[in-house]
Amino acid sequence: MQTTRDLVYDNWHPVCTRLAHGAKTLRTLLLDVPIEAQAGPRIRRADTGAELPVLERFGLVWTTLGRPDQDLFDVPEFLEPDRRNLSAGPIGVAVSAPRAIENFLDLAHFPFVHTDILGAEPHTEVKDYEVRTSEDGREIIATGCEFFQPLAALTAAGGKKVDYIYRVPHPFCSVLYKSCFVDPSRMDVIAIFAQPMTQETIRAHLVMSMLDDVHSDTEMRRFQQTIFGQDKPILENQRPRRLPLDPRAETPIRADLSGIAYRRWLSAGRVTYGVIPAQH
Amino acid sequence: MNHLSSPSPLSPAILSPAWHPIAAAADLPFRHVFHGKLLGRELAVWRADDGHVNVWDNRCLHRGVRLSIGMNDGAELKCQYHGWRYASRSAGCTYIPAHPANSPSRQVTNRVFPAIERHGLIWAALEPDQPFAGLPAGDWFAAREVIFHAPAERVLQAVAEEAAPCSLAWLSPYAMRLALRAAPEETLIILAQPADGGTTIIRALRDRAPSDAKTWLRQINRIFVTMRDAIEADAPAGADLAEPDFSPLPAELAEPAAPAPAGLTVTVARKWQVAADVFALNLRPLAGILPAFQPGAHIDVTLPDGTVRQYSLTGGPDENEFWTIGVRLMPNSRGGSRMIAEQVREGDLLSLSAPRHNFPLRRDALRSVLIAGGIGLTPLLAMAKALRHGGHPFELHVFARDQAHLPFAETLRGFGESVQTYLGHDPAQTQEAIKNLLGPHGVSQHVYVCGAPGLIDAVTRTATGLGWPDEAVHYEHFSNDRTIDSSSSFTLELARSALTVEVPAGCSMLSAIRQAGVSLPSSCERGACGTCVVKVLEGVPDHQDVYLNATEKLSGRSVVTCVSRANSQRLVLDL
Repeated sequence: MQTTRDLVYDNWHPVCTRLAHGAKTLRTLLLDVPIEAQAGPRIRRADTGAELPVLERFGLVWTTLGRPDQDLFDVPEFLEPDRRNLSAGPIGVAVSAPRAIENFLDLAHFPFVHTDILGAEPHTEVKDYEVRTSEDGREIIATGCEFFQPLAALTAAGGKKVDYIYRVPHPFCSVLYKSCFVDPSRMDVIAIFAQPMTQETIRAHLVMSMLDDVHSDTEMRRFQQTIFGQDKPILENQRPRRLPLDPRAETPIRADLSGIAYRRWLSAGRVTYGVIPAQH
Repeated sequence: MNHLSSPSPLSPAILSPAWHPIAAAADLPFRHVFHGKLLGRELAVWRADDGHVNVWDNRCLHRGVRLSIGMNDGAELKCQYHGWRYASRSAGCTYIPAHPANSPSRQVTNRVFPAIERHGLIWAALEPDQPFAGLPAGDWFAAREVIFHAPAERVLQAVAEEAAPCSLAWLSPYAMRLALRAAPEETLIILAQPADGGTTIIRALRDRAPSDAKTWLRQINRIFVTMRDAIEADAPAGADLAEPDFSPLPAELAEPAAPAPAGLTVTVARKWQVAADVFALNLRPLAGILPAFQPGAHIDVTLPDGTVRQYSLTGGPDENEFWTIGVRLMPNSRGGSRMIAEQVREGDLLSLSAPRHNFPLRRDALRSVLIAGGIGLTPLLAMAKALRHGGHPFELHVFARDQAHLPFAETLRGFGESVQTYLGHDPAQTQEAIKNLLGPHGVSQHVYVCGAPGLIDAVTRTATGLGWPDEAVHYEHFSNDRTIDSSSSFTLELARSALTVEVPAGCSMLSAIRQAGVSLPSSCERGACGTCVVKVLEGVPDHQDVYLNATEKLSGRSVVTCVSRANSQRLVLDL
């Protein structure tokens, strides 16, 4: 019996994009529990047959095994009529969800992992940025992040200094806002919603909400898939696969401020799934 | 089961049980990184261009990415994730690209395991200080390894049963010697590497190459593969796979404060003249491995009479087996350099500090200009070597009295067109040359200067005049020629220690802090090297050093505690 609500168990998790009528049943895992998704959308546990609650948001179908005490977080940009909302996932990765989220928050790897796209040597410096927790403690926000990028997006012509804002509104979900080259007054939105299949495997649902009238859906999806395809081998070679929350487990630097805050936030929220909790 | 043979020529060779083969020598081709595993621990195994074999924990200390997917550049291993660099031998981190203006603030050092290359195999021990005992020297011939998905005891038992017709002797719990009764002069060594609880790697070594190598290799391979199939069919693998365990990092890596650097004892391996007034000294560790250093680092050398002098390390990333310093004998030299030049001989022992990094080199510049005056070349030589090793563009400009006084001339010739020398220039000519070589400042350009105060002044003034910002001009003074005014008296508050300390006239902040029982590293104690810099939280410092640049002095956010004082009645330090 759950006595207090668990930040992971009693929360919504992404499962798939909306299934077409008559589509094959999707069999997958959520928090080690086998589930089945059908058009409708309908989701049920494959072990007990119990129907699970369903929510549709950001082009994905979400469900929960527990009793969420709140609605899913909001990304208002998805409702702006001139944006193109696309999903470029899911991509299976043999890593814990928190490792994938921490990688999503990381700027310093751009020149080494996304060479000549999101970064290029010798432009490796990560300038100091700000990280805060929202007033209700439900969300981490990193602002003032900037990085030099040779090809920040399909709409960027040549190298640009790019501004980023990151949100972590859910233990296994993160949303980033980055400079938009079509309309400098607005920002493109890219999100990773990690579906925790087991403690050490995820399906990464990549979703974007972009201002781009030029490129096809396929081109835009491929761009995100290329980027994430470069992250995947790094993520799968991280040991341990679960995120260690003990500050002594790894060696953070100033550039990792958002990762440090994320680890603390998981610790404070008593998250145990996909992490190695700190020993006190 | 154990048919112990009579003593053979091999009998003294009892292998040390702590040491295991972890790779074949051929698994380490040029600039490769091999992924090994021993007793559940993953290993990154790589050979530097100088032949040294490194066996490390297979993870970057930063975010746990396996170093076996990293890049071996011949002298350093570079992590694929964030480009952190680790030096061969010491495994010390030498560069963190996300913060190019800073030296790694803590001594981030990966775990190194003792390793040795012998009999065509790479051997390693997980515990330090275990003496290696190998097979006798000889023309050993190795068969290819076979991986068994079964525990070592089970595999060895099967090998022993299979070998029943031979005489068998155990050389260690994981190694046996077999000799055919029919042909006792032929010896076969079987080595089992317990990779983890459920995986064993079996290797066979013959004491000499067989006449028909191919047939023998096929035969051995067939025997082992048949045995493996039988064992794996019998006991399916997977149940007992141990995950690699990672011990937590030492506490000091998690703490922002740097640990007190430990002293080192070195031997003067070589001393030779590199200019009319300069000697070079090759320093080798008396035991163990020298710590990693970054270009621009200096060390404190304690001389036989107790005096301490600072010298820059001149080596590049591929010079980690020994350190080289340059010592100038000045006509009116203080005792230290004269003593090194005249009295220190090859074979003598010297006591050193760990390297101090107060003159860091950025490796993210589009143009790096290095300007040296005479013996000021020493830190810049290390920088030039690092930039060349990393394939970064740089120019090295060296000013000297004449050809005879140009230090390390032979090394300089190796840099080809990247070096420009300026001999016998008077101050006006020097000024003109600096103006021409610097040019106007462009994006991502940095200048580094070391030498006499006149040269440093000329470079900083000229650079400022040409529009170079302070943060693009880096310099290192050997000494502080300013007259220190220590007549003021004021109150110091040490915020973290919750102490209030009075600094009377004639006493330095550094001594007052130490008298209060708070430890603070220092080196030159003349306001030149920057080792004793402390952050200022409140109050106005009275800067008397030559380490901080004008912008840093104006900001008042840090202070060199050995010579500077306070212009306010109270100064609050982050100590």
